[in-house]
Amino acid sequence: MLELKKLSCERNDRVLFENLSLLVESGDVVQISGSNGSGKTSLLRVICGLNDYFTGGVFWKGEMRDSDVEAFRNDLLFLGHRVGLSKLLSPIENLKWSTGRKIDWSEKDLLQALSRNGLQGFEYQPCFLLSAGQQQRAALSKLYLSNEPMWILDEPFNALDSEAIGMLENLIMQHARRGGIVLVTTHHKLKIPSLRTVDLS
Amino acid sequence: MSALDLDRRNLAGAVSITRAFRITLERDLMLAFRRKGDFVNPFVFFVIVVSLFPLAVSPESVFLSRIAPGVIWITALLAAMLSLDSMYRADFEDGSLETLLLSPHPLYFLVLAKNCAHWLVSGLPVVLISPFLAIMLSYPSDQLIILLISLLLGTPFLTLVGSIAVALTVGLGSRGLILAVIVLPMCVPILVFGTLAVNAGLTGLPVEGYLALMGAMLVAAFSLAPLASAAALRISVA
Repeated sequence: MLELKKLSCERNDRVLFENLSLLVESGDVVQISGSNGSGKTSLLRVICGLNDYFTGGVFWKGEMRDSDVEAFRNDLLFLGHRVGLSKLLSPIENLKWSTGRKIDWSEKDLLQALSRNGLQGFEYQPCFLLSAGQQQRAALSKLYLSNEPMWILDEPFNALDSEAIGMLENLIMQHARRGGIVLVTTHHKLKIPSLRTVDLS
Repeated sequence: MSALDLDRRNLAGAVSITRAFRITLERDLMLAFRRKGDFVNPFVFFVIVVSLFPLAVSPESVFLSRIAPGVIWITALLAAMLSLDSMYRADFEDGSLETLLLSPHPLYFLVLAKNCAHWLVSGLPVVLISPFLAIMLSYPSDQLIILLISLLLGTPFLTLVGSIAVALTVGLGSRGLILAVIVLPMCVPILVFGTLAVNAGLTGLPVEGYLALMGAMLVAAFSLAPLASAAALRISVA
């Protein structure tokens, strides 16, 4: 489904990765590992199309990514390091906007996704009143409402407690079982059986 | 996953561009009302600065009515400058901007939605209060309509053009004056025609030509500026 051909990227005159080729098939979970500053986030941003300073090709479903960017973006769920949660809005308002541009979810569905992620009672509180872990959970609720085949998650385990970590691992596995693909960066040891690892160091 | 059966709802791409526009507009308006300072400050600034002129320059009504168009126009421009910076800043810092850029819809419309929200909370109040301030500056009340139209055509232009500069500078750590250096020269034409129109009205000359030119500039900004803003945002985020 996703194919990277000879990707190279440098930043501030330092080569982050060179001639990186990778084929990710439906059902794969790929962990991008590497030390701090090794270019994990840059790689994810290159794949998403947020960073254009690279050489090489990104192919999605056999086509160049840029030949049909809108279809590619429709198939992509990206959760960055900064998770895209506005502090002044409540989790439900945030979720409504961030998922609503793809699927018109009802309020009931949104509330359900949040309560599955352990945010009952916090749905209507502005996010700046929530703890870091709760904010991360609120951002991750997007995953329950996703029908995008490709998930790109940058450090999604940050600030999560062990219960939430288990839930997220389950979600990732379920997504892979349904035929989706997941690219994830983390320093956490993933308990996922068929995990593939790409080391950038 | 039984309750939220995703395969049942394979609806990707089903959200129309109008809906995406609407929810982005609603979100930005909601954010503006939570961050009241962002739109109250420029408005208060506008009122205070205009009211200082009679105190500092001259309270003489003949003189005030001469300078009223220029004063109101320049102050409106500076008030717009004050409010511009907040347009993409918070979204850039919390990562919402990346979500926006990865939206499957053309960025043009989403940027336009953000610009509309910005104008509604910062431009429109200035337009609405301007007749009262104009009267305070002994501006003839039968000419108010021309001032109002010129500002109605001009303030959206300031937002649309200012948006390009904000999008370009949103990634910079310390921006300081750079925003003003980019925005103010681009706003000179609309300022010139805005004040020309109002002055022509005062001296009894026809104003339609000036207003038509301003309308043309606004239409051009409407169709081109969001494209430039979108491109600038992509550069800033990369």
